[in-house]
Amino acid sequence: MTNILKHEVDLAIIGGGPAGLGAAISAKEAGVKNVLLIERSEELGGVLPQCIHNGFGLHFFKEELTGPTYTYKMLKNAEKAGVDFSTRTMVIRIDPNNTIIALSHNKLLEIHSKATLLCMGCRERSFGALRIPGTRPAGIYTAGTAQRLMNIEGMLPGKRIVILGSGDIGMIMARRMTLEGAMVLAVVELMPFIGGLIRNEIQCLRDFNIPTHVGHTIKEVNGTDRIEKIIITAVDKNRHYIPGTEVEFDADTLLISAGLIPENELSKMAGVQLNPLTGGPIVDNLWQTNVPGIFAGGNVVHVHDLADYASESAALAAVNAAAYAKGTSSQDLDIKVKAGKNIRYIVPNSITKKQEKVTFFMRVTWPLNNATVHIGDLYKKEFIFARPSEQIRIDLPIGMFMKLNHEEIVVSCYGEEAV
Amino acid sequence: MKKQVVICLQCPFACNITVSIDDAGNISEFKNNRCERGKKYATQEIVCPVRVLTSTVALETKDKEHPLLPVQTNGPIPKHLLLDAMKVISKIKVKAPIKYNEVIYPNILDTGIDLVSTFEVLE
Repeated sequence: MTNILKHEVDLAIIGGGPAGLGAAISAKEAGVKNVLLIERSEELGGVLPQCIHNGFGLHFFKEELTGPTYTYKMLKNAEKAGVDFSTRTMVIRIDPNNTIIALSHNKLLEIHSKATLLCMGCRERSFGALRIPGTRPAGIYTAGTAQRLMNIEGMLPGKRIVILGSGDIGMIMARRMTLEGAMVLAVVELMPFIGGLIRNEIQCLRDFNIPTHVGHTIKEVNGTDRIEKIIITAVDKNRHYIPGTEVEFDADTLLISAGLIPENELSKMAGVQLNPLTGGPIVDNLWQTNVPGIFAGGNVVHVHDLADYASESAALAAVNAAAYAKGTSSQDLDIKVKAGKNIRYIVPNSITKKQEKVTFFMRVTWPLNNATVHIGDLYKKEFIFARPSEQIRIDLPIGMFMKLNHEEIVVSCYGEEAV
Repeated sequence: MKKQVVICLQCPFACNITVSIDDAGNISEFKNNRCERGKKYATQEIVCPVRVLTSTVALETKDKEHPLLPVQTNGPIPKHLLLDAMKVISKIKVKAPIKYNEVIYPNILDTGIDLVSTFEVLE
């Protein structure tokens, strides 16, 4: 016998991290009566409660906050806005007709929503995905797992650390482990430049004199029970090992900070098309996917630099999802947006509706100086530099695009290679 | 006269500010800063770099499922004191309930800066 509880909602938001919380507050403020925020873990906030460092909130709250405080303020706002949420509720399927099947406290829920907003965020690329030679001893963690162990559960994952990848979480963990008495022997980065924000490079690595090896990768991880040795090597521009450049570390722990991947298993089940470059749904300027009524916001679409931007993009998506739920949305344009030279990816991928402005987010493929971003032939914007680690945002009035209906816009960036 | 480059962290531009320091040790010129905040930041970085420290302290709760309380200094402290401050923090134990922004340890290392909670714990 199956006990299925049925719910009818105007807007279902899947994922209660910074994106889902921002979206839920925004939807309530936009006047949607029946919003349900669905979260699989015990608490709302997503990864932020374990991100005890500061640097959050400057855009969204106009003050610098730690991750826990950002969550605290978001929760207070959600409470004020009257957001309904359901924690310990795991969505197991979304059907293309906006029916959501979830498991909540040992009961099956069937949720019929007028619009659905995907806010599932992203997950870390794991050691297994990196194909590193050697043995498979204990002591290998993603940086985020190590962060959770240290900051939530109160356990130090190791004493002599090598960190592979110089993303923000990796650098932040280098500082955190140093402060807690561990020795960070090396931060190893495959690319010839640091992957994360410059602020973290300075305040996490340089402040603590942590040895940084760019243009290097791990050649071998060794150990029987626990990691005993890690060998790194320099790589050439084709990412092949350069013989004779090996360095050995007697490490006991390896942290992986090798990028984040939007988490879209549910999206795929719903028939949402993904962009192979972002790993997230292909969206239009409303943040709507190819499935009518299914919208996406935050890191599930593409990985943002800051939690603030994830909250903001999801809040924008929520306003559009709210309009759809009210039945006031329609398609009135058909313009494709494509990434061109030096642009790794661009969001949105199409412009389908007249709205006051179009907001583009993009990343360059390589660090460039004196960079100029060209939005087709419509608009040019100059930057003193453009770095892959810092997303570029350009807001343009919709009027610029009207004459391009049924055409394609290619967005490119030209400049001098900085590395 | 000597020159020092400070990467400004006040905004994403991250200006490489060149600061000229005269023989008497006074700052005489700033170059490549886009705004006034950059001058202030670069001066601080040269005279006495400061950082906000975030960490956790031991927490006693009813459910025993949350052994840590996240904390921060409620202002920046000199960078050279960070590791000493961690020694102080490692000895602190608190008991729930804790309000958000509650002073957990006042005037850490005589800096005039308090250690405060960055989240609330109800019980």
